[in-house]
Amino acid sequence: MSENGQPVLEFRGVNTHYGPVHVLKDVDIEIHAGEIVCLLGGNASGKTTTLKTILGMVTPTSGDIVLDGEIVSGAPTSRIVSAGVSMVPENRRLFKRMTVKENLEIGAYLRDPNDDLDADYERIYELFPRVKERLDQKAGTLSGGEQQMVAVGRALMARPKVLLMDEPSMGLAPVLVQQNFDIIETINEAGTTVFVVEQNAKMALSIADRGYVLMTGRIVLADTAEGLLANPEMRTAYLGEVED
Amino acid sequence: MAIVNAPETAASTQAARPITAVDWRRTVRMGLLGGLGMVFIAAIGMFEELDGRPMIVPILSLGYLTVFWVPFVAGYLAAKEETLEGLAPPQKGLRDPLAGLVAGLMGGLALWLLTAFMNAFEWRDVFLKLSPTLLELLTFGNDLGFAFLALVLGSGLLGMLGGALAVLPESGRRIVVGAIVTTFVVAILEVIFVDIFEGIGLEAVTDLVYDINGGLAWGSAIVVAILGGTLAAVSAGASERSRTRWTAMEPAPRRTASLAAFVIVALLTIFLPIILGGIVNELLANVGLFLLMGLGLNVVVGYAGLLDLGYVAFFAVGAYTTAVLTSPISPTLLGEDGSVVREEGLLTIDFFGWEGWAVLGAVLLVAAIAGIVVGTPVIRMRGDYLAIVTLGFGEIVRILFLSDWLAPVFGGAQGVRQIPSAGVEALDLVDLTITGVDPRSIFYFVAVFVAIAIYVSWRLSKSRIGRAWAAMREDETVAEAMGIDTVRAKLLAFIIGAMLASFGGMVFAVKVGSVFPKSFELLVSIIVLVVVIVGGMGNIAGVIVGALVLIGVLGGPTQPGVLQEFAEFKLLIYGALLVYMMLQRPEGLVPSLSRSRELHHEEMQQDAWLASAIEEDDDEEASI
Repeated sequence: MSENGQPVLEFRGVNTHYGPVHVLKDVDIEIHAGEIVCLLGGNASGKTTTLKTILGMVTPTSGDIVLDGEIVSGAPTSRIVSAGVSMVPENRRLFKRMTVKENLEIGAYLRDPNDDLDADYERIYELFPRVKERLDQKAGTLSGGEQQMVAVGRALMARPKVLLMDEPSMGLAPVLVQQNFDIIETINEAGTTVFVVEQNAKMALSIADRGYVLMTGRIVLADTAEGLLANPEMRTAYLGEVED
Repeated sequence: MAIVNAPETAASTQAARPITAVDWRRTVRMGLLGGLGMVFIAAIGMFEELDGRPMIVPILSLGYLTVFWVPFVAGYLAAKEETLEGLAPPQKGLRDPLAGLVAGLMGGLALWLLTAFMNAFEWRDVFLKLSPTLLELLTFGNDLGFAFLALVLGSGLLGMLGGALAVLPESGRRIVVGAIVTTFVVAILEVIFVDIFEGIGLEAVTDLVYDINGGLAWGSAIVVAILGGTLAAVSAGASERSRTRWTAMEPAPRRTASLAAFVIVALLTIFLPIILGGIVNELLANVGLFLLMGLGLNVVVGYAGLLDLGYVAFFAVGAYTTAVLTSPISPTLLGEDGSVVREEGLLTIDFFGWEGWAVLGAVLLVAAIAGIVVGTPVIRMRGDYLAIVTLGFGEIVRILFLSDWLAPVFGGAQGVRQIPSAGVEALDLVDLTITGVDPRSIFYFVAVFVAIAIYVSWRLSKSRIGRAWAAMREDETVAEAMGIDTVRAKLLAFIIGAMLASFGGMVFAVKVGSVFPKSFELLVSIIVLVVVIVGGMGNIAGVIVGALVLIGVLGGPTQPGVLQEFAEFKLLIYGALLVYMMLQRPEGLVPSLSRSRELHHEEMQQDAWLASAIEEDDDEEASI
């Protein structure tokens, strides 16, 4: 994808702290329109903090988050979401007791009430015809795969410039993981920029354009997906391959 | 061949279940529970206290009823066997009354043991209510031997009758239960019925039915029982049928039907009080008062999911604001030496002029500020922490009103008195002029505010903020990530809840005519919460039913209810009811759809591991 022009979302030397603990250390990330970018890393490497920082749930102590040319770090979550970021949380976390339709409505919570949302619903039904069949069903009664579709649909209702995905493979059966990544590819082909945070490096790199590797809060590797897949260090540390 | 035979084999195994054997475990359990219940009811003084209240003259007092319904129900429960899905229903037969008899005998024996204990030892220092009067009641004025026969055999007999009830077919049981319940309800609601019939001008009917000293005359008891049984027989299945019809209705006629129901209820609310007597009006006004608070708390707890245990604070704020503004002897208006210098308060509560509206505006404003003041520091807390902190705030507000420091404004322990009643003296309905102190005018005053509160709650539940609350209640973190400003949403819930409670406070001040710190104790918060929980959290109809059932029937913390006889045991009954509801029907009497789904969903998913295993199974099947 295009490396030129202004990134949609950019981390510029971001540092964050939880109290005295230094979590993110001088993190630089660039995400360009139309890309799938993945952030890889093990437990406690700072992946979730990265997402929370984008959404304004954690404020960086230094450095800037730039969304579409505008510095958004320090702004409240609601402003950042309406500026064009939305998230599919880890484990989907739908509002299980609400209907599918109500879940989608919450996704559009910050949209201008005068906006015509019908087009957005139609787009989601087109991507996921099964969602349409289940509109009046409680989200908690859906199968895992359908829930994932609703979670993605809910995030898309905000019409994001960048869609954040938190650990789409977490705690799922292999078939479902594959299904999830198929969903990501589908929505990316439909024009959404995606930022995936993932432990399962092999899976993530199979669909991503570029990837970053985060280790104890520092970006240690940044390359195209092919480059990372070929990197010997990656192969042993993250892709679980034994050196031959 | 084998396949064809399979169902027969299953049936024959079921038939092999012994049909005459008593389920001894169950029977003994019911007997012990029954005995415990009877001893408890006698020992807390309910028996003695209520013996003075006749139910059916001359044979039954309310005291005996409160004790001896226990072996009857225990007998029924001992005999009634759970019907398990997939198994043939248990055979009925002689074993059922037998089980009932045993359970009843055990209950009676427990009560006799209490009697013997009281006879042998003097333990009133510990158990205040084990009085000689109770001993006399339990022995029927005779010796222990007679008591043994009377209590044990009497309870046994009642247990056996209860067990026999389980043998009856469904329709027969309906009639018997209908007859019994109707008789006791008519007997216990004597005051209310007399009041209503007097209001319509039919005192002759109640004079005929009730004994001159209270209670049903035995002749009329029989008539009432027959009427009740007939009614039960006729109405069998009616509610089931109407529910089926309701669910089968198309949306359009259903809307028309609910509109019609709404109009009927509204008309009843307007015209019934004119007909009804003073007592019923007073009761309804109390119900309305707690309904106001219940609706407010429902916004906070039911919609937004914030457990606020200090809710009474806002009620107090509304009441005190009204008092200070309208009482001529409000402490701020007194002269230097404490003398009364003014004839009127700062403002009057006259809603036909501007002053009443000014008071209302001030009350709402002060309540909103109080909502912000209490809400802001606690808003970032979740769950238990929020509950504890709000509880503390509730007490702080009450103590502030009580304090000497603020006594120059709020009058300390003396409170503020002489709050004028609402200016509805001018209200002319048909040719009936209602004066300010008439319970009817108070009722209308309350009803108007309740109507406003219902409308506001209803609009909120359908609104954008209502959706935000629902999302927040389910998953606060995700709601926040979706861009919902949870701090704002919570604060808004607090403010709206505070304003609705302040309505209640204003109505309370006007209705009672004086406010004291003592009226705003923690108990009020708890009772309002119980109203919301028992009625059905998050549901307006539920809160209405909850207020009617709890405040109307049992009474509020200081307000009497229909069952005035039980006033002393009110909190005990509240507690028992709450425990029962939590165990058997946690979604409340009138559950909101989503709330009952929530609870039952959790029930199904209690074993999260199992749930996820099933879920993944499904997925794999689906994707293959």
